[in-house]
Parts: sequence; structure tokens; C-alpha cells
Amino acid sequence: MPIHDQGYRHYTGERTLHRRGWWVIARAGLADRLRERRFLGLFIFAWSLFVLRAVQLYIGETLARGVFFAPSEQTFQLFLDQQRLFVFFITIYAGAGLIASDRQSHALQIYLSKPITRNDYIAGKLLTLAIFLVAVTWVPAMLLLVLQVLFSGSLEFVADHPRLVPAITLASALQVALAVVTMVALSSLSSSRRFAAMLYAAIAIFAAAIARVLQASTGHAGWVLLSPENTLLAVNDVIFGAASVAAVPLPIAIGALAVVFAACIVILERRVRAVDVVA
Amino acid sequence: MTDGPAASLDGVTVAYGRHEALRHVSAEFPTGATGLLGPNGAGKSTLIKALLGLVAPASGRMHVLGHDVSQSPLAVRARVGYMPESDAHIPGMTAVSFVSYCGELAGLPRANAMQRAHEVLAYVGLGEARYRNLETYSTGMKQRARLAQALVHDPDLLLLDEPTNGMDPKGRDEMLALVRDIATTKGISLVLSSHLLPDVEYACSHVVVLHKGAVAAQGPISALKGSSGRVFELRVKGDDARFADALRAEGLECHVDGGGALRVFVAEERGSRLLFQLAVRHGVQVRHLRASVPSLEDVFARALGEEP
Repeated sequence: MPIHDQGYRHYTGERTLHRRGWWVIARAGLADRLRERRFLGLFIFAWSLFVLRAVQLYIGETLARGVFFAPSEQTFQLFLDQQRLFVFFITIYAGAGLIASDRQSHALQIYLSKPITRNDYIAGKLLTLAIFLVAVTWVPAMLLLVLQVLFSGSLEFVADHPRLVPAITLASALQVALAVVTMVALSSLSSSRRFAAMLYAAIAIFAAAIARVLQASTGHAGWVLLSPENTLLAVNDVIFGAASVAAVPLPIAIGALAVVFAACIVILERRVRAVDVVA
Repeated sequence: MTDGPAASLDGVTVAYGRHEALRHVSAEFPTGATGLLGPNGAGKSTLIKALLGLVAPASGRMHVLGHDVSQSPLAVRARVGYMPESDAHIPGMTAVSFVSYCGELAGLPRANAMQRAHEVLAYVGLGEARYRNLETYSTGMKQRARLAQALVHDPDLLLLDEPTNGMDPKGRDEMLALVRDIATTKGISLVLSSHLLPDVEYACSHVVVLHKGAVAAQGPISALKGSSGRVFELRVKGDDARFADALRAEGLECHVDGGGALRVFVAEERGSRLLFQLAVRHGVQVRHLRASVPSLEDVFARALGEEP
């Protein structure tokens, strides 16, 4: 009789018809990315602006109190705007292959043959990217606010700006949601992560360029709606109370973003299937 | 496990656009090993995906392990293991992390899934290679890894879609031995989809034959082969096609293979003498006659109504 039986044995342990398949997928996605040194480098670099802003806050509160670098709501809006560059690169790096790689390796039928729904799968993929993006937008912005309180030694700044926390949260949420939903939807369109990355970059860069050119040549602010990124900036102006003269009315901007979200959801609904139907 | 069949379909039609991949299919897959036979495009993979609830039928009902597939697809998938036909894997993973991940997706706690992954990988013969990245595996090893991910949550029913595809003869024999072991000694029912008759004949006791999206034959292989009759393989000098027509006109089942040999099914009460009499009558010379018992190939050919 063998010391250790290596034959098949029936499983007698715990087994659940769980509703946390999305979390299993997200956790695996996070671990997969964090194993890559290049991505870790990019992720750490994305915190460099946070360090600069923290130094600015420290100087403003200690060495040159009230003279330079006095923080305002716009300090935090500007910080989130500047983080867009890192959001762009992290979205492409961590998001382009989320579904495209699964399509390339025929993994969708493995996923969907398990007791999880398509929504679980999509939610897991969205969450993977969203966690990274929240970690370079909302988390550092809120940490800056905490540092501001610590450096000043009072809650006066927060009390004077009661809408700052909701504004940071809402602006970060919109920024992250737009990037995540767009990238994951584009990733589902192809079995090549490179193609998905190029598609995302083309939409982000060219749509913004075309919108700016048309705005400048016609003088009509409505062209901003061609670029989801620029539309989001206009919405952020309203969120942080710095409505620009060129901005389109808020309901129209929100409507334009809603159209983008709806289009992405339709794409995901049609593309995430265990069986590709060509008919 | 339920007392009834492992899976059953009742009048199931599955359509992709205007093309009907399955047409009013009614079939039963009893507990144990059942072969799902059919030529390419017969609807085997579609039937398996329908049983998993991955494609919704236009009409009909399906039950797997006592669950209505349309009502509780997740409960079905929790108790079923699926080994896909294509080279499916999750990129960037080692075999043990892949199988463990599949275990977690199937509802096993993380630690248990990892323990099971080690066990099933050892069982399918990948114990030594379990820390290697799946992308470095040979075709046969990938097939074994896919079998391991289907087994990791200890399913009651395994759906194997062409499990020996692309394997060398030795690997194929080993895979079939595993499949047979699972069905006979581990108490796991399985549906083995294949167009390779010897694979099904080796591993299964029952068979469902699909042809052009419809069931052409089903039942225990021994019953389908039939016991009251013999198959004669014969070669004749003369017009073999005309002779084959003549045999059919006499009410005999006759198939002509590519090499010009005729396989003729003769009922028990009518012996080989009949064949000689007919040969004389139609002016052909019998050059070779060999008697054999009906094989699954004959069942398949008869069910499809085609020449093997």
C-alpha cells in the first residue's frame, strides 16, 4: 500500500454556490499585474505627483504659512487632472489585455463553464482595473487631504471646504469609471491586447485633438462632447465649483458620458459570450 | 447524484441565427460513460454547451443531474466539469495556479482549491510539471491540464469535448485510460464527445449518435451493435457498385468503403451462402469474404445512412 495515495479522491470539503466569482477574478487579475516589475515601476511612479504635492502642502503649512502654496479646492482638482496621464498609461497597461487575452487563449469558455455569470466575469475584470486606478486617483487625493489636516494641526481646512471630500470622491469615481468601462469594452472587441491598447489611445488622443480643433475653429463649446475625456473635465469643473465659460451645460455633458457608458455596456453584453455566434 | 439519467434533452432546438445546430433533439445520457458521436458539424459541441446553459435553446427542455438547465444553470455548472475542445487556458498561469483558480471559480475555498489542484494534477500525470507555465506545455499536457481543471471541484458529471484531439498514440491511450478509470472506478458520469469511434468504444457503454443536428441513434453500444446477425466484408471482381445496389435490392444493408470493399450486414437466419448465390446471379466473382461481428463503425454508418 502506498504511503501517499496519488489516485483520484473525492472532495469532501466545503463547497459553495458562491456569489463572489467576481472577486476571485479580480484578485487573480491584481496578482497577475503586480507580478510584473515594469507595471510595479509605473504604479509607483504614478505616486510621484503625490509626493510633490505633499511637499508643497508641508511647505505651505510650516515654512511659508499663508504665503505660498496655500491649498484650495482647485489644488485637489488640479492634482486629479494631472493624474490623468498616469490613469491613461495604467489603463492601457493593465486593462488592454483583460478580456482580449482571454479571447486569444479561449479562456472565456473555461470561465463561463464555472458557476459564475457573465456579469460576475465582467465585474471581476472591471474591478481589477478600477482598483489600480482608484489607487492612483482617489487614494492619493484623500491622503493629501489627510496630510493637509496633519500638517496644519486642525480640521479647519476641511470644515471650510465641506464639499471637498464628496467632490474628490465623485470626480475620481467618474474618472475611473470612464477609463475602466471604455478600456474593458474595447478589450472585448479584439483578441489582441495591442490592438485594444491602440484603439483606446486613438480614442483618447484623437477625439480630444479633434474636439479642440473644432472648438477653436468654430468657437462652439459643444464640440467638447466629441471627447469623453474633455467632457469629463467640464463636469469636474462643475463638481469642484470652477465652472468654465467654455463648458457645455451639465445635463448635456452628463448625457454624453451616459451615452459612452451605455455603448460600452452594449459592447460587453454582445462580446462576452462562451460561444461566438457568427450569424 | 440523482437516480435518473445524468442528463436528458427533450425536444431541444438550438439555432445560431437562421442555422439550426440542434433540431428537436431528445436524448438521455445515463449515469456512467456515454459517447456522443457524430461527424464534424453534427452539433456535438453545441449540445454540450447547451447542457452547460451556455447557449439557450429556442425550444425544448434539458435536465442535468436533476436540475432544469434553464432554471438553474449555476447549480448545474457547480456539479459539472467541462473540458473544452479548443486550446483553452488562462494566460500567464502555471498549471497548479490555473487548476486552483478554476477550483475557486467553482466554489471551493482558496486553500482547498490549491490542495485539490495538486491532487488532480498528480492524478492526470502532471505532478512533476505542475509548476511550469501552461504556455510551455505540449498539446498532450495541455489536454491533461484541461482535464484537471474539469475535475478539480469533484464534479458528478464530466463533459469532455474531443479529449484526445491532437494527441500522439501513447498520449491518446493514456487519456482514454484516465477517462475510463474516471467513469468506471471513480463513480463520475461522463459524456465523451468524439468523432473517433475507437475512443468511444473503448471508454463508453452507451452512445448517442448525432447527425446534422438530430439524433440518429442512441442506446447501449452492445444493443445497437445487435446480436442477431453478422457483418461480412467482401471484395468482388466485377461492377461492385452495381452488386451493392443488388444486395440492397435484396433487403441487405450494404456499405462500400473507399477501398472498394463491401460491408454487408446479414441477419442470423441468412448465412454467407446467400452472398455467393447473389454473386452468381449478378455475374460477379467473390474474391474475398471475411466474417466479423458488427462494430461501432457499423452502428455509426447505419445511423448516418452513409457509406463508412
